[in-house]
Parts: sequence; C-alpha cells; structure tokens
Amino acid sequence: MAADQHSPHLAHHFDSMEQQQESSSLGMWLFLAQEVMFFGGLFVAYAVYRFKYPEAFAVASSHLSLGWGAFNTVVLICSSLTMALAVRAGQLGDKRGIIRYLLATIFLASVFLGVKGVEYTEKYNDGLMPGPAFEYTPDFDRYTVPVTAETAPPNFVGNVQLFFSFYFVMTGLHALHMVIGIGLMIWLIVKALRDRFSKEYFTPIEMTGLYWHFVDIVWIFLFPLVYLVWRH
Amino acid sequence: MMNLLASFIPAQASHFAADIDRLYFFLIGVSMFFTILIGMLVIYFVIRFRRRSDDERPAPTKDIVALEIGWTIIPLVLVIIMFVWGAALFYKQWRPPADAMEILVTGKKWMWKMQHPSGRSEINDLTVPVGRPIRLTMTSEDVIHSFFVPAFRTKADVVPGRYTSSWFLPTEKGSFHLFCAEYCGAEHSLMKGWVHVVSEEEYEAWARGDDTDVAMLTPVEAGQRLFNELGCVVCHNPASGAMGPHLAGLFGSEVRLNTGRSVIADEEYIRESILEPMAKITEGYQPIMPTYKGQVSETQVMHLIAYIRSLSEE
Amino acid sequence: MNDTSPPKRTHYLNAQHTVGSWLFTLDHKRIGLLYLATILLFFLLGGIAAMLFRVELMTPDPTYMESETYNRLFTMHGITMIFFFLIPSIPAVLGNFLLPLMLGTKDLAFPRLNLASWYVFTFGGLLGLGSIIFGGVDTGWTFYTPYSSTYANSNVILAALGIFIAGFGSIMTGINFIVTIHKMRAPGLTWFRLPLFIWAHYATSIIIVLGTPVIAITILLVAIERLFQIGIFDPALGGDPVLFQHLFWFYSHPAVYIMILPGMGVISEIIACFSRKRIFGYKVVALSSLAIAILGFFVWGHHMFVSSQSMYAGMIFSILSFLVAIPSAIKVFNWTATLYGGAIKLDTPMLYALGFIGLFTVGGLTGLFLASMAINVHVHDTYFVVAHFHYVMVGGMVMAFFGGLHFWWPKMTGRHFSELFGRIGAVTIFIGFNLTFFPQFIVGYLGMPRRYHVYPEEFQFLQVMSTGGSAVLALGYLVMAGYLLHSLVLGKKASSNPWRAVGLEWTTPSPPPTENFTTEPYVDYEAYDYTREEVYRDDADEVKGA
Repeated sequence: MAADQHSPHLAHHFDSMEQQQESSSLGMWLFLAQEVMFFGGLFVAYAVYRFKYPEAFAVASSHLSLGWGAFNTVVLICSSLTMALAVRAGQLGDKRGIIRYLLATIFLASVFLGVKGVEYTEKYNDGLMPGPAFEYTPDFDRYTVPVTAETAPPNFVGNVQLFFSFYFVMTGLHALHMVIGIGLMIWLIVKALRDRFSKEYFTPIEMTGLYWHFVDIVWIFLFPLVYLVWRH
Repeated sequence: MMNLLASFIPAQASHFAADIDRLYFFLIGVSMFFTILIGMLVIYFVIRFRRRSDDERPAPTKDIVALEIGWTIIPLVLVIIMFVWGAALFYKQWRPPADAMEILVTGKKWMWKMQHPSGRSEINDLTVPVGRPIRLTMTSEDVIHSFFVPAFRTKADVVPGRYTSSWFLPTEKGSFHLFCAEYCGAEHSLMKGWVHVVSEEEYEAWARGDDTDVAMLTPVEAGQRLFNELGCVVCHNPASGAMGPHLAGLFGSEVRLNTGRSVIADEEYIRESILEPMAKITEGYQPIMPTYKGQVSETQVMHLIAYIRSLSEE
Repeated sequence: MNDTSPPKRTHYLNAQHTVGSWLFTLDHKRIGLLYLATILLFFLLGGIAAMLFRVELMTPDPTYMESETYNRLFTMHGITMIFFFLIPSIPAVLGNFLLPLMLGTKDLAFPRLNLASWYVFTFGGLLGLGSIIFGGVDTGWTFYTPYSSTYANSNVILAALGIFIAGFGSIMTGINFIVTIHKMRAPGLTWFRLPLFIWAHYATSIIIVLGTPVIAITILLVAIERLFQIGIFDPALGGDPVLFQHLFWFYSHPAVYIMILPGMGVISEIIACFSRKRIFGYKVVALSSLAIAILGFFVWGHHMFVSSQSMYAGMIFSILSFLVAIPSAIKVFNWTATLYGGAIKLDTPMLYALGFIGLFTVGGLTGLFLASMAINVHVHDTYFVVAHFHYVMVGGMVMAFFGGLHFWWPKMTGRHFSELFGRIGAVTIFIGFNLTFFPQFIVGYLGMPRRYHVYPEEFQFLQVMSTGGSAVLALGYLVMAGYLLHSLVLGKKASSNPWRAVGLEWTTPSPPPTENFTTEPYVDYEAYDYTREEVYRDDADEVKGA
C-alpha cells in the first residue's frame, strides 16, 4: 500500500489520491461541457434573432454603455489572474496566499456585479426593462446605424425589446453564475482558515478556478455579442 | 384484397394520395418482413435451443464478421431507397404548380376561416372544385395550428407571424374531414370542419354567391347562421365545457363582471363584447375570446344581436 | 433459528435502520432504491391519468369530463411519464445500483453528488406534482410556443421549473456515471471487457450531459417569457415560435435515446444470461450505442417536416433519421443471433427481453415511416406517432426496465419473486400492450389527430379496442406490483448468483454488503464468458438456515 492512501482527504471509495484528483477533474470538465451547452442554446437563440433583425439589434445595442462593458471586461480578466494566483498558492501550500488571492477575486467580482447593477438601473430608468413597462420611442435621426423610419421593419420596437430580453437573460444568468462563484470562494476561504488544504490536497481550489475561468470566458463571448453589435 | 386494404387507409381524394399509400404499403411490406423474420427466428431458436438440463454448457459464441457487414449493408440499402422515394414525393408535395388557385386560410382558436379569390369566405368549411390545383396560403392569429386533410394526405402547420403553404389537387368529389392537427388549447378537438369537393360548375356558381339567400333570411335567422359560421357556437355552448357564458336568457339580464361591477346586457354591451371582448369580462370566465372587429359588418353585428335577443324570448 | 445457523449477515439493507440512514445515505444502492420508490410513484400517477382519459375516449363525444380536464390529463400523463419516470428509470435506479457493482468498485465517483441528484430530482418532481395539484397544465408535454408562453391559462411556470430542476438531477447522474466508468474500473476490467449495460449507460450519460442543458435553458426561457410577459417566442413581439421547436427537439429527440439506450443495455445482459452465451458481435453492439448517441443529436428536425422548416433542411434530417435506424437494427440482429446455439431458459426476465425485441422491432420499423418525409406529412401529429413512440417507450423501455428489475430483484432485495406469477404478469403485459397500441397505428393512418377529446364516430371501434387493451395492460402491472411486494416479505432468500450469470455484481452476496465486495475484484476474463465454471458453482448452501 502506498503511503498516500492514508491521506485524510482520500474518500473511502477511491484507491489513490491520483484517482480521486483525476475523477474530480474529469467531473468538472464534464460539468463545464454541460455549461457550454446551456449557454450555447441561449447564444444560438440570440444569434437567430440577431440575423433576423440586424437593424433593431444594432440600434438596441447602441443603447448599452460600451464604457462600462469594457471596464467590466478588464475587471473580469484581472479576476481570472487573481484566481490563477490563488490556485498557484494552493499548489505551494501557501495558506495566506490562497486567502489573499481569493479575497482579491471576490473583490473584483463584486466590482463587476456592482457595475452590472448600475447598468441595470440605468436601463430600468430609461424604460428599457422588457415586459409591460417597456417604453421605447425610436429616434431615427440620432442612430449611427443606417436605418430610417421608412426602412425599419414593421415591429421595430418589439424587436428592440427582444434584444433587451436577451440582454437581461444572458447577462443575468452570467451574473448568477458569478454569485455562485463568490459563494464557492467564501466556502474555500473558510476551509483554508481551518487548514484543510495542503500541497497534496487543493482540488477544490483548482476546480473552483476552472469554474471561474469558464464564467470569465462566457463574458468574453457575451461582451462582443451584446455590446459591439453596432460597431462591427 | 384491395377492399380489405382500403379499410385501413382514408379515402384517396387527391392526386398524390395513391402515391403516398404505395410508399406506405412498401414500408409496411419491409416492416412485416423483418418483424416476422425476427419473430420466427426468436421462436425457432427458443424452441430448438431450449435449456435441456441445468448443467448445459453451450459452445461459446463465434462472431461472424460477414454477418455483421451483411446486416449493416442490407438495411442501409433499404433505408436509402426509402429516403429517396419519400423525399421525391415530398418534393412534389412541397412545390405547387404555378397555375394553382390560391385560397387564404386563417386559423384562430378554434376555427378556420377561408377566403376565396372571388371574395367569398367560409368558416370551418372549404369548398373547392375537383381537378383544379389549389394552393393554401395560411397564417394564424394566435397559436400554432395545423391544417390536416387526411383524404388528401396533406398537412401543414399554420404559424402566427409567418405564412405557410400547402397544396393539393382534388380528384374525387365528396366531403372530407378537415382537422387541426397541432394542439392549440381547450377546444383543439373542435377545431375541425369539412372540405367539400364539388364540380367546377358548382364551384363557380358557389363562388359567385348564387346559392346564397341571406337576403331572404330574417335578422334572427341570419344571426343564427353567422353564430354558427363564425364558430361562436364552439365556446358559447354549455355542452362544450362552457368556455364562454351561455347566451340563453342573457339579453336584458344583469351580468356580473370580474371587476365586481354589474352591467345590463343590452345591445351596446353585446356589440362591445363582439368587437372588443377584453373590455368587460364576465365573472368566472377567462379573457380568451378573440375580437371580431373588422370581420363582421355593422349589419352582421345587428343580426347577431337579434339572434342573441331571440334566445331570451323563448 | 437454531444454533447451527450461520450468524445473520450484515448487508446494505440491514446495516442501519433509521429513516435518516436512508434519507442521508451516500450508498449508491440505497440511493437507487430511493429513486425506485420515487419514480414508481410517478409511474402510478401517469398511469392513472392515462386510464382516466382512455375511459373517456371510449365515446366520440364528451362523456364524463370536459375538454379542459382531458387536456390536463394527457399533459400530466406525458410530463410525469417522460420527465419523472422514463428518463430517470433505468439510469437512476438500475444504473445507480449496478454501475459500481459491475465495475467492481465501492461506490460512484461522487456519492454526495449522487444523493444531491435524488433531492434535486425529487424537488423538481414535487414542483411538477404541485403544478398538477394546483390546477394542472394544459400545454402537452411538448410546451409548444406561443401557446405555452402566452395563451395557456394553467400552471406552465411551475411545471417548467419542475422539469428544469429535475433536469439537473439527470445531469448530476450523467457526470457521475461518465467519471465512474472512466476512472473507477476494477483492475483488469478493460473497456472491451465491460458489460454492454455499462456501454449503454456511457452513451446515455453523454447525451444527458450534452443535451439536458439545452432543454433546461429552453424551458427556462418559456418560464421567463410567461413571468415577465416578454416575447422571446411570441411572434406578436418579434419572437419565433418555430425556434422553440428546434431548441426543444434538439434535446427531446436525443432524450428518446436517453430512454431507450439503457434499456438496450439491460436486454443485452438478460439475453446473455438466459442463453448462456456471449452477446453476438459484442464490440459492434457496444459501439452501436455510441453511434446512436452521436447520430441522435442530428435528427431532431424530423419532428418538424410540416412546421414550415425548409425542404432542404428536411431532407438532411430525413436521411440522418434513416441512418440512426441502422445501429438499432444491428443490435436487434445481434441479439437474435446470440440465441443461436444457446441454452435458452424462459424465466421472467427473459420473457421481458424477448418481448422487448418484438415490440422494439415494431417501434423501430415504424420510426422509418416517420423518417420518410412524404409519409410523415400525413401521419405527423396523429395516433400513428402516438403508437410508434409507445412501442419504443413502453414496448421498449418499460419492458426493459421491468425485465431488468426482475433480473436484479434478487440482488437488490435478497429475495426471489414468484416465477409463476412473474411469467403470467409478463405475458399479460405483452398482450395488453399490443391490444392498446396496435389499433392506434391504424386509427392514426386513417387520420385521427392526437390530443383529440372529441372525435368522429368512425374511429370509435379502434379507440374502444385500445381502451380495452389498456385495462389488460394495467392488470398486468397490478399483478406485478402484487407479487413483487409479496416477495419482499415472504419471498425465498436468494443466493449470490441465482441465475448463474456472469458479471461482477453476481460474485458478491445478495443483497450486497455496504462496501459492495468483501475482497477487491480482479477481472481476467472477457464479458459474458459463460464457459467459466465458477459461474455454475452451486451456491444454494449460502442461504440455508438464514
């Protein structure tokens, strides 16, 4: 029997730490595969409408704040860096490093969500929340998109609303994933404080890291998809 | 033999009905062959190789690659034949001839409205001349329906927000079922009617309106006919599960609304209920009635009111 | 009891007795039984709904229910049977119980995830149940928009959330299975020594993991659309109702394979055991499961030939649908060939397996009619389709599920059921099934649309036949419930390997100990090696005096 079989972190049904670690890793990748399909379905639906109503989607997209979107993209990429550093600290068994970098990641994630909140409030105040309260008057003279009152499709305002429906569903689900990620990181910090991690065992940090990078990548797709429609 | 087969298929009343049935019987032939083959082999093996004693040890299985290849290739060839045959027929079903007569069809819960080139329209009935290709251009006012005439072997979904089409060439005179095949809510199974295939002359006369005697009807009779033709009877009918309020005794009575208020059911109220059904909802009913604004003339509204009033006078 | 009897053996059932030891168990075998109890409840509910509307359908006009009730009943039947019975049935019950046993390991890779999946599934099921209790759903299990998203006046949101949540239970199970099969096989158990049951579950899990999230997001969009009155699929607001159908069938057609593939796995096990032969063309059968899983993702458009989908798209979906029939046909031929030269015994599980072959053959072949575009136009949304998928789902999957339940019953419970009643039940179910559903092929081609409460009189004869058959079918299920429950208490005790079957699960006592195996298994033989003498070892003395 190998020595590592007595590791307190080895669950009784696994033979070795390698087997346990590989299983977790494969499980996480499968989970991410299903996440890809989950967001994939949403992106496909969005793409269909985007091609069906190019003008309305471009116009609607121009109402989003490019500045906030770009800022958030940078914030999220930075959070991926701090997350990678947290995993690195896990590999080195550096408890203080783990906690420091996880806190940094949580901070950046909160900044992201805060900005999202500001954006949502703006949209709400402008009457761009889809549903019965949706209010939008096209102002064809001010659009940078080549569309006029004559060339606009019959249900122009409805199509603008469709864009915002997708905007809120897609960014909302993404934000929900971030909130879950923050929850996971808080759980990791509690575990780290209780000295549950070591050089030999830091799988949960690694898995949360994978999850976080995935959430980041979803945003990397979302940002050009919804913010940059009218600038292509 | 053909008579026996005929009792398992609907009437063949369009020019591609027989083509489709031929493919159908070919598929049945293939299916029966394989079902019987597998069934017989299983029964034979079960008897021939039954376990004679508890200690029996059969010889180990030997895989035979030739067999595996064989029963991959044979079904493959068969399904390719089926595909080509079915796709070729579908291609024919899909493309109407250029000279087809166009009839506009609107589906809504739970009735069909047909508009002929002559301007005549029908509800839940479709009158067409025999031997002339007909193209239906269809749309829906609410949910997805599906226009299905089994005797013609045609079916096409009727989708809100887009136009779909279907075509056929009737070959037999007679009346054939028209069904809504896509589930569309409470009275889905009442959204049906008849396709009447008549001779060219009868159709022309009908389309000109020669057979109508609306002018001879009293307002109550005209209203009753409209009440049936427009499909009002589907919901305002205690037998159908009472989707809408029963109208006997309604006129002149006090109606409680879902807002808690009450109104007297007079001419104004009934007119409003036909043209703007959402304005006042009777207590205990869902706001599901479609508007008839633009579909009935003011004269027709008056006929309908006359009929509804007559229901309270009996 | 006397002094010479061996001490009472501890196994997974009697290791602990508290309610908590069941509700918080991490043992895959106990979780399998939790799933069994849950899905049988849904099977009962769905069955009652079916009987109620079958009785109503004996007359062409409304008799004892209104259309709104009828619509709620067939929707309840569809939703409970598909989402809360068929999809979890074999994987979550038999798969859960058997995967670690067949792989020679102590548990699934993630036992906590496994327990969580049962809670998630049950919670989803309760929401589904709630939607029924609080007034029902009337959209049909297909939730077609814009009816479901805008027009229906029923509990669509609750039912949609139930399905959404239960779907995550499926995904958890799927991930668990794939990881377990990859990483936890016993020493010597190579990929091509795996039982076909495992191959089938591997293929199924791939579909679950890649397909379920798509229905999740689709059904979530419907719920959001209703909740916030926005128009994602409503044409009045620029949405496209046909897009919903694409997204829906992208999952729901592969879901058919989620339901049937594990059934095929069960059939392979049973046929091998009761003819004492290795499955003919083992590798072909194993790989055909993967072929079905992959091809199955590209055929969804055959549900939409008349939906205004483009003709050329239709042609591609048609040829692919025909092709997916080939691996299924190969399996049927290989099972039949396995029987050749065997030592065949017609015990209850084998009766179910042979019934499966017959009914699945009919179900599969009638699938060709639906893949053929021209015929599909006529039979789409008629009883022909209803008959076809019941032949696959009930004739195939439910037969396989009950066949498997009988086959592994002694392993799961440690008891034998009555063989006589078992055979009576199997034959009754087979006859009742055919009486119920065969007439529906005919009434469908004659043109009767599905989901019709009121129908023309000429269809009455066949509808009455169908209702009569459904009574026989229900009787068969009741007989089964009777003798299975009886066996739990009074059944004869079972030895480790009562059927003389090959497979690691038969090398451990019945019921197995909590840790599954007393010694770590090692595999140095091929799957279904019925030439090994160990298989035929007389183990009757194991249960003497117990």
